[in-house]
Amino acid sequence: MSTQTSIQTSEKPLGRDELAQLVARDIVPGSFVNLGIGQPTLVSDYLTEEQNITLHTENGMLGMGPAALGDDVDGDLINAGKIPVTELPGASYFHHADSFAIMRGGHLDICVLGAFQVSATGDLANWHTGAPDAIPAVGGAMDLATGAKDVFVMMTLLTREGASKLVEQCTYPLTGVGCVTRVYTDKAVFLTGPDGVTVRETFGCTFEEIQELVPLPLKKAE
Amino acid sequence: MLNFIDTVGEAVAGIKDGSTVMIGGFGNAGQPFELIDALMDCGAKDLTVVNNNAGQGDQGLALLIKEGRVRKMICSFPRQSDSWHFDSKFHAGEIELELVPQGNLAERIRAAGAGIGGFFTPTGYGTTLAEGKETRLLDGKWQVFETPIHADVALIKALKADGKGNLVYRKTARNFGPIMAAAAKHTIVQVSEIVPTGSLDPENVVTPGIYVNSVVRVDSAGPVDSADSNKKVA
Repeated sequence: MSTQTSIQTSEKPLGRDELAQLVARDIVPGSFVNLGIGQPTLVSDYLTEEQNITLHTENGMLGMGPAALGDDVDGDLINAGKIPVTELPGASYFHHADSFAIMRGGHLDICVLGAFQVSATGDLANWHTGAPDAIPAVGGAMDLATGAKDVFVMMTLLTREGASKLVEQCTYPLTGVGCVTRVYTDKAVFLTGPDGVTVRETFGCTFEEIQELVPLPLKKAE
Repeated sequence: MLNFIDTVGEAVAGIKDGSTVMIGGFGNAGQPFELIDALMDCGAKDLTVVNNNAGQGDQGLALLIKEGRVRKMICSFPRQSDSWHFDSKFHAGEIELELVPQGNLAERIRAAGAGIGGFFTPTGYGTTLAEGKETRLLDGKWQVFETPIHADVALIKALKADGKGNLVYRKTARNFGPIMAAAAKHTIVQVSEIVPTGSLDPENVVTPGIYVNSVVRVDSAGPVDSADSNKKVA
């Protein structure tokens, strides 16, 4: 009867904060984590003290604390999004080459990134729309995508036009090849890997309804 | 040879047209605004500038770009909400852009300072930014050959220098400073304070003075952040 088992865990699709909460809950205690700019930053609001997570920011810091407010704002202490932040006890500073060695050297456990598209084999497209008049800007996206042990993506499953962002092959310029391990969306969580794409759980819809929306063969988690 | 110089103007006076200039800073943190202003005043043009960004707002590097002094930018993230001077030069075809993933930018700068002729890295493999570059399968991963970025001059900002040119930085304003100091033929540092030799703990020196050529003390109020969120740095 396992094929009949529902993997729907929420009656409604998840909002941005609920999704951030879910990602936060899935981060293994003690991990070193880099949260990308935008939606992934929300994850930090839901990490608990018991999880003992150390946040990395690629502009040269481990042990980053919450956003700085009022008198705590210091122009010399910012995150990768150039937002003033705070330091936690046990924080450390290092130069840019060391900071990216932390990623490239495989020392980071998880990075959480936004995406335009993710492919069936875990290719990531999140840095450039490819529009001819757009000024390309890559920042640390390619380094993060290839460096962290696990790359989690947070995105809505569908574009505004209703097309799936989980695709057979990315049509936007790639950020990294075969790097994404999990995709958290408002409608479902997908696990990507060499064996294809598995749906771990669904929100506000059934596995079959997700399969209708996503144009590639999906497996249902046991 | 280490020199302590009285003014930022004298510090940058030797920078020639056509130079490659590394400028420290990530956003406004660690950006040596006073040295950049002096570079503007000295009139050097046709510059290749290496920085993480391509200027923000109406200050520092953004003004250098606006005034047409920069022929080429080597950076990772030129597009920001307030990078309007770069945007208009780029769209007008008046500035060249070499876009480099941030970690590759850092490692290419580091490689120059360390005398490394190039390196293979998985970053960028299979992307448009690796097109035309040599690739190899190493340790089970496809990797891309990247070359060092050398510079004639580096302009960086540190918190303190001692009489030997040893530097310490402040928080995330460190960013590209140490690697640029090593990569450039001539490194000019602006600091908030010059302290007596022997007063920095040798265990805590971040950039050894061997990489430093000129030190100038600046009474810096720090940059005016576009988000109006920068506190004065003592």
